[in-house]
Amino acid sequence: MPEVDLIEGFRDPVHMKALAAIIRKECTRKINIMEVCGGHTHTIMKYGLPQLLPDNIEFVHGPGCPVCIMPKERIDHAIALALMPNTILATLGDMIRVPGSKSSLQKLRADGCDIRSLYSPLDVIKIAQDNPDKNVVFFAIGFETTTPMSAVVLEQALRLGLKNIFFHINHVSVPEAVDAIMSGGDAQIDAFLGPSHVSVITGYKIYEPIAKAYRTPVVVAGFEPTDVMESVLRIVRQINHGKAEVENQYARAVSREGNLKAQALVKTYFEKRDHFRWRGIGDIAHSALKLKPAYAAMDAEVVFDDILPKVLLDDHKMCICGDILKGRAKPYDCKVFAKACIPSNPMGSCMVSSEGACAAYFKYGNLNLKGAKA
Amino acid sequence: MSTKILLSHGGGGEETQSLIKNLFFKHFGNDILLHMEDAAVLTMKSEKIAFTTDSFTVSPLFFKGGNIGKLAIAGTVNDLSMMGARPKYLTCAFMIEEGFEYDKLEEIVVSMRDEMAKSGVKIVAGDTKVVPKGGVDGIFINTAGVGEVLKEGISAHALRQGDAIIVTNEVGNHGACILAMREELELQSDLKTDCASLWKSIEALIDADIKIHALRDATRGGVSAVLNEWAQTSNVGIHVREADIPVANEVKGMCELLGFEPYEFANEGTMLIALPQSEVAKALEVLKRFEETSKSALIGDVDDRFEGRVVLQTPWGSERFLEPPKGELLPRIC
Repeated sequence: MPEVDLIEGFRDPVHMKALAAIIRKECTRKINIMEVCGGHTHTIMKYGLPQLLPDNIEFVHGPGCPVCIMPKERIDHAIALALMPNTILATLGDMIRVPGSKSSLQKLRADGCDIRSLYSPLDVIKIAQDNPDKNVVFFAIGFETTTPMSAVVLEQALRLGLKNIFFHINHVSVPEAVDAIMSGGDAQIDAFLGPSHVSVITGYKIYEPIAKAYRTPVVVAGFEPTDVMESVLRIVRQINHGKAEVENQYARAVSREGNLKAQALVKTYFEKRDHFRWRGIGDIAHSALKLKPAYAAMDAEVVFDDILPKVLLDDHKMCICGDILKGRAKPYDCKVFAKACIPSNPMGSCMVSSEGACAAYFKYGNLNLKGAKA
Repeated sequence: MSTKILLSHGGGGEETQSLIKNLFFKHFGNDILLHMEDAAVLTMKSEKIAFTTDSFTVSPLFFKGGNIGKLAIAGTVNDLSMMGARPKYLTCAFMIEEGFEYDKLEEIVVSMRDEMAKSGVKIVAGDTKVVPKGGVDGIFINTAGVGEVLKEGISAHALRQGDAIIVTNEVGNHGACILAMREELELQSDLKTDCASLWKSIEALIDADIKIHALRDATRGGVSAVLNEWAQTSNVGIHVREADIPVANEVKGMCELLGFEPYEFANEGTMLIALPQSEVAKALEVLKRFEETSKSALIGDVDDRFEGRVVLQTPWGSERFLEPPKGELLPRIC
């Protein structure tokens, strides 16, 4: 088999230009494509893909950013947990930057709280072993991609008999969120780019009900620029032929069934919540996971229930993150975008996380882009 | 000599004297330093003198292609060089954590000596403090330096319309190398830091009488920070072509994995040069003679399309702003 350059091989300018030319030729009608995952939003903005595509292809940015959809009251949970004496709070990525009602984990860390930003969830085990006299709370976030890692941490903690690890579980799920957006009936979406890494775990079968119910093509796409361009072409062709199927462009990593071992692991330790409140979208039934009752002794929401704030918190009136997550508005439609709301001082969560649509627009956008204001 | 640094080594008494003589004088020794006066007395040939200081902390202290000592010399040498100044004299202050291994300290000192030999700079004054365990993370080093200004007028304010932008090495190697070696990542990688003293190549550019408008080593904040600073300071637009910016494939891979940009990673021996288009060919010819600048490439130019901004063009022609780095670098989630 010839050696494939996994980076440059998927960023080849000749292929990019050729794909753009074919899409321009074949796309004859307006198509709104929702990229569900924040990773795709980044690829689209970072590589300036809208500049290559015809005007009648519009990207709508979906709810696939785990930090963006975290409601403020749950960030306040993280803050309350971090403020407990003798506690280390560990979480992933830019969760530490997101402001809750009063503070952020980053500010708490500067005030002396022990807050760790992890590269890998498994580091939690080492932190707990190195600090046997402290409680380690893992504030677990992410879609189906990161859930198996949390299950592995839990399994390891059980195997090692670690009594000082607690889990605050915020794992959410893609299909229910997409369904919530589409079932409202007011979303203008003709097709979906399916997430890359989520699909590696779940398999592409999870999108089959969506394609069927809403007559929308779903193409599971890789994260590289030629992946997205090829997937857009596949969507254009499905629409031209009146099809609404699930296709797998990211075949080098995704299968129909997905990673069965990871799925089994998740099933062992987690169960569906009745509902979960998504920031900007609201309650979605069965859209998130929690620990099974058998593991209640490690469930931070059970063990520390008495200190967790219960008040639900909504965003500032001016923030339209909710509409952006639903595909009803673009960051540029927001009156506070890039004015009162900037990455260093975000008013809504889409500006906080680097995977958020507003942050991606702020960072890469407004240059010759469709819908851009100079 | 004990095998660990003790608080007494910084106490000013006999142990301090023995550390200075057996280690620092042994490797750094020169006429001025060995005079052992309260201050070094210097003779400078030029009337204009460049003067700078920098403190160095890095984790891990030893990394592929260098260590904190090499950084502490190259960093200050490069800061002087970027002003068109020949690096002449340095001061060096060590803040060492009690219990630090003597052999490691010697390894650091030896690499400082070797790095100084590359530019001919000398340490002429120094200081050593030992702080109780936990006071510093292993060792911190401060160096200050003076240099003779050979070429005046090099400035972040001096970019002009039509200038060309050159980068002198692959970008992001140092940042990526340090990141890969961090305890929490433990990525297998052959990536080496780009850490290098750049004076020899700059001296050659000056000797060849090449007109230089601006020079800056792309340390913290990387290439992105320097280009944005230039665009803002000189109130010009800068246009760079992604296809022409050299980035090692491993660095690209790591950025993909963690959601970073190579243009935001720190470099420790890579500079950006702004100069008239007419000087580009000659400058590249000179730069390619030196190992540390052998990968030099023309990456863009100065225009007036978006004043104060940097525009990055993708290999397929679309464009975006290259924003200055903000906040701490946090890895992507999924």
